[in-house]
Amino acid sequence: MVVANDPLALLLLKQDVETFLYHEANLLDDRRYEEWLELLTDDVRYWVPMRRNVKFGELEREFTREGQDINWFDEGKDTLTRRVNQILTGVHWAEEPLSRIAHMVTNVEILEATPTPAEPETVSLRCRFIIYRNRVATETDILVGRREDMLRRADGQWRIAQRQVFLDQNVLLAKNLTFFF
Amino acid sequence: MAITFQPSAYSGLVDQDNGMVSREIFVNADIYAEEQERIFTRAWLFVGHESQIAKPGDFFVSSMGEESVILCRDRQGEIHVFLNSCMHRGMKVCRYDEGNTPIFTCPYHGWSFATDGALVGVPFYKDAYHEELDKSQWGLIRVPRMTNYKGGIWATWDENAPDFLEYIGDFRTYLDILFDGWDGAEGGTEVIGGIEKWLVPSNWKFPAENFIGDRYHNISHRSVDLVGIGPSGQGRRDTRERDNARALDISFPERGHGTIVFLRPADAQPVPSYQNDPVIADYFYQSEIARKERQGELWRILGGPGTIFPNMSYLPRQPRSIAVWHPRGPDQTEVWRWFLVDSAAPPEVKEFLRQYYIRYSGPSGLTEQDDMENWNYAHAASRGAMARRHHYNYQMGMGHAVTDFEDGGLRIPGTVLDVTKARAGEQNQRSFYTRWADFMAARDWDELAGWRRGNGSGSTC
Repeated sequence: MVVANDPLALLLLKQDVETFLYHEANLLDDRRYEEWLELLTDDVRYWVPMRRNVKFGELEREFTREGQDINWFDEGKDTLTRRVNQILTGVHWAEEPLSRIAHMVTNVEILEATPTPAEPETVSLRCRFIIYRNRVATETDILVGRREDMLRRADGQWRIAQRQVFLDQNVLLAKNLTFFF
Repeated sequence: MAITFQPSAYSGLVDQDNGMVSREIFVNADIYAEEQERIFTRAWLFVGHESQIAKPGDFFVSSMGEESVILCRDRQGEIHVFLNSCMHRGMKVCRYDEGNTPIFTCPYHGWSFATDGALVGVPFYKDAYHEELDKSQWGLIRVPRMTNYKGGIWATWDENAPDFLEYIGDFRTYLDILFDGWDGAEGGTEVIGGIEKWLVPSNWKFPAENFIGDRYHNISHRSVDLVGIGPSGQGRRDTRERDNARALDISFPERGHGTIVFLRPADAQPVPSYQNDPVIADYFYQSEIARKERQGELWRILGGPGTIFPNMSYLPRQPRSIAVWHPRGPDQTEVWRWFLVDSAAPPEVKEFLRQYYIRYSGPSGLTEQDDMENWNYAHAASRGAMARRHHYNYQMGMGHAVTDFEDGGLRIPGTVLDVTKARAGEQNQRSFYTRWADFMAARDWDELAGWRRGNGSGSTC
């Protein structure tokens, strides 16, 4: 957590950031994917590692490494845009018919705000998520994990510059990851 | 379960004369249980890659059929595969995915095993066992047969199984494309860190038969083709090298393996590919030239997706990877995915391929997401009492395969269906299920090794 030498500014910032995160979740759940893409900076990094069972004392090897290993996702805006465009073809069978998805975002903590919480240009935050997906008739997935985001202020608006998603699963229990975290 | 099947009934489930296969073999729990006995304890199975266990003490926990196994390099550097189950009361002795260890200690009662499988520690050995337990008899259960073929580690539980090279036979020509370097250097590949593992609600044979060579399912991938994720940003792959090539479906019904390949014309030359980046384009172009020099006529064979019976599938070129379809009940498959790169490739090439592999493959891959939707609901819609009465149709291209295919002086081993004009065929799937029926009916490897009796190789069902 950031040192709260300006607690009111921090409170307002947290409120501001949470409002942004809920707005983002609404766009995804409302299937407004192109608007969601606009929330990402052009240089966004989107990383979802896989997760191993490793010995106590070797936890630094628990996650596959960004930029080095195979990960569930390790990409930028170009590939994310292609994912959105794929859904919008209407023939992406894994999302046709579209899934019903709900993002729950909770446990939001501001980790860092620079240069100050009162006039922040970037904010690092941590939160927990539950993503509920139901599709076709009875198919249901629930994915839970931790997310670490870095937001950047641009044109008076927050944009997502970095998203790191730490899923609480080893063998992925969902048959695919056609949604966004 | 409505019906209990006798071995003699399996041939009826795979109707080779009419190109039909019963849905029962995908959805019936009794048949599934029999498969575990008749196929997965007798066939050669892919376990892992030697680059995953480079140093003494390195281990990788894998799976053979439903069962957990430990792939491990002992202190002397020898590779072993053990059943991951304590000999005392069955507890998994290793619940980590990979790592390095001097010893596997069971967390239940504390029996401990060395990296060569030997039982080396038994609590209360003196007082409770009176030193009468013969530790040499209670080491971890070791696979009787194991092989390291060009870095790929394979094992079988059947000590009477033929050698691995006899098991794959002439399919070796095609498997080599996967494990050799892009320039044809023998075994010049390594695994990139991170093995994808995920569950698909479908019988394991759906993906196995898809990868053996299903050129018919292009509609599945219409969306990714529209969006474009290939190495040059278009389509699914860089395919200029396939220009003017013949399209061949190749299989070995007496063994169950199959692949699709593209056969370049006799006068073909390497074409530039991966042209978005000069370092990468140059690497692949120079590798092609070296491969052509090394392999001569064989260079004309461009590898495509394939399956080694029963459950190891692969893509030898783009995106270069291995998939194992671990059975987890009739209705569920746990997929494991390894990704390979040339060990000698420059970092730029490895990084480029890593990114391409991720966006193509597995649950997050723009291509394979759609495959899994199909396998999921094809399986689900085949489970009903009414659905089961109707066989699947595998009649495409029946009677059109040959066993003496030759083009420009190059003899192509296997049962070959030329689909250059037809664009698709199902000979490879028919070969797969022919072999499946053999495995389900045969008593032992004397029966299964039909090629030793000189029959089977000419089958063109």
